[in-house]
Amino acid sequence: MKKLIAKGYLWLLLALLYTPILIIAIFSFTETKVLGNWTGFSMKLYTNLFSGGMSSSLVNAIKNTIVIALVASSLATILGSIAAIGIFNMRSKSRKAISFLNNIPLINPDIITGISLFLLFVWLGVSQGYTTVILAHVTFCTPYVVLSVMPRLTSMNPNIYEAALDLGATPFQALRKVIIPEIKPGIISGFILSFTLSIDDFAVSLFTKGNIGLETLSTYIYSDARKGGLTPELRPLSTIIFVTVLVLLIVINRRSEKQAKKAKS
Amino acid sequence: MNKLIKIFSKRSTWATPYAIFLMLFVVLPLVLIGVYAFMDNDGAFTVANFVKFVEQPEAFNTFIYSVAVAIVTTFFCILLGYPAAYILSNKEFNRSKTMVLLFILPMWVNVLIRTLATVSLFDITGIPLGEGALLFGLTYDFLPFMIYPIYNTMMKIDKNLIEAAQDLGANQMRVFLKVILPLSMPGVVSGIMMVFLPTISTFAISELLTMNDIRLFGSIIQENIMLSDTMNYGAALSLVMLLIIGATSALGNDSEEEMSHGGII
Repeated sequence: MKKLIAKGYLWLLLALLYTPILIIAIFSFTETKVLGNWTGFSMKLYTNLFSGGMSSSLVNAIKNTIVIALVASSLATILGSIAAIGIFNMRSKSRKAISFLNNIPLINPDIITGISLFLLFVWLGVSQGYTTVILAHVTFCTPYVVLSVMPRLTSMNPNIYEAALDLGATPFQALRKVIIPEIKPGIISGFILSFTLSIDDFAVSLFTKGNIGLETLSTYIYSDARKGGLTPELRPLSTIIFVTVLVLLIVINRRSEKQAKKAKS
Repeated sequence: MNKLIKIFSKRSTWATPYAIFLMLFVVLPLVLIGVYAFMDNDGAFTVANFVKFVEQPEAFNTFIYSVAVAIVTTFFCILLGYPAAYILSNKEFNRSKTMVLLFILPMWVNVLIRTLATVSLFDITGIPLGEGALLFGLTYDFLPFMIYPIYNTMMKIDKNLIEAAQDLGANQMRVFLKVILPLSMPGVVSGIMMVFLPTISTFAISELLTMNDIRLFGSIIQENIMLSDTMNYGAALSLVMLLIIGATSALGNDSEEEMSHGGII
């Protein structure tokens, strides 16, 4: 009985969380301009999406979002992974200091990160555009990479590294052959996380994109919504993004569960 | 050359690039918020921006109203999220990791799209947009950010403690009140930080959910900071926001612990 109530509560909450997303998904299969007005089944919005039947500004926004996310998350992954190895080998005092700084972008709401970087670029007199958005994204992604790589380093057996050195490996060889393979899963999940965070970002991009007409998907949606309606093609697009993320996360999750089981047996 | 190799093989120096990056893109921008807040348009020192904030009823009232909205939203999130986190972390009710995943998945869906989906849900059911819609929408948007940290801390609770309490004769109610509740508090604190702070500084979400009727503090900050003649006033408002962040995060700070045991996916 108790179990039934507990399960029921979870499912009720899930239903609540997913109803709006489902509505978007359902209405991606009809051509109507306004949500809630079913005008018959149609795949037209999907074909529009892939045959270039939508406005060029939306296409550009999608391209910008992907390019920015790829560049920013790659940079963040490199910067964060190297930093994590460094932080791990630091003495406890400087380690605490840098962990504190690393946490600031995590705690700050997006708007503060966005505004503070906006002021930095104004102060430096840099014209804002692609570069500033990418730098801003690296700023809020890197802490997550550090946090993903760190537990891997902590749980690593330090003797393996020592053994490699004793057997004549140079520190660099030991790094390449021992440490990197060990922390690789952390690096990968740090990259995936950075990528999704960057794609998702709205506030930071809004403040750092300048006024050269650069739009990401989020800022495009924002200006679109302010004008009163959502471009219909955004419905199939968000459905596709949602399903992709869902599948990706389930696959990652299944894989790590299998690995955990293997490690146990 | 040898010296160079020596410096690079000392791995604690590997964090140096990131330390410099953090100084330039995290610390300096936050300092700049403070600098700009105490400046007039010509760059001279002034406190006029703060006087304007306290004296101007619109900004100040919006600020108070936003804090109230954020408190209510946070309360709803705890009310709905805490039981969910408890059930998810309890082996008796739930063993599936995928279930947990489903709860945090909405975090990866663009917040603007989720908000617009909520708006369409209200449109379809004929519920008018306004204060109620705002509170519902904010709770809906931020609920996963409350569930996840609480779930995480609950999973880390040493199961032996619970068994010990049971062995010593505590009934289920007492086990919950004396063991689980106090030990899950760090999770609640970080949940509060992840819900309360972004809610105050929300801008786009409130505009969309109330047809521009209700504006939260974030909207006021955004409007002022983007215009060059009210930029310093906007910076002063951001500084107020920063002070709140500082005060809230002073409530619970275990950065070091998070660092070594964290991990998002």
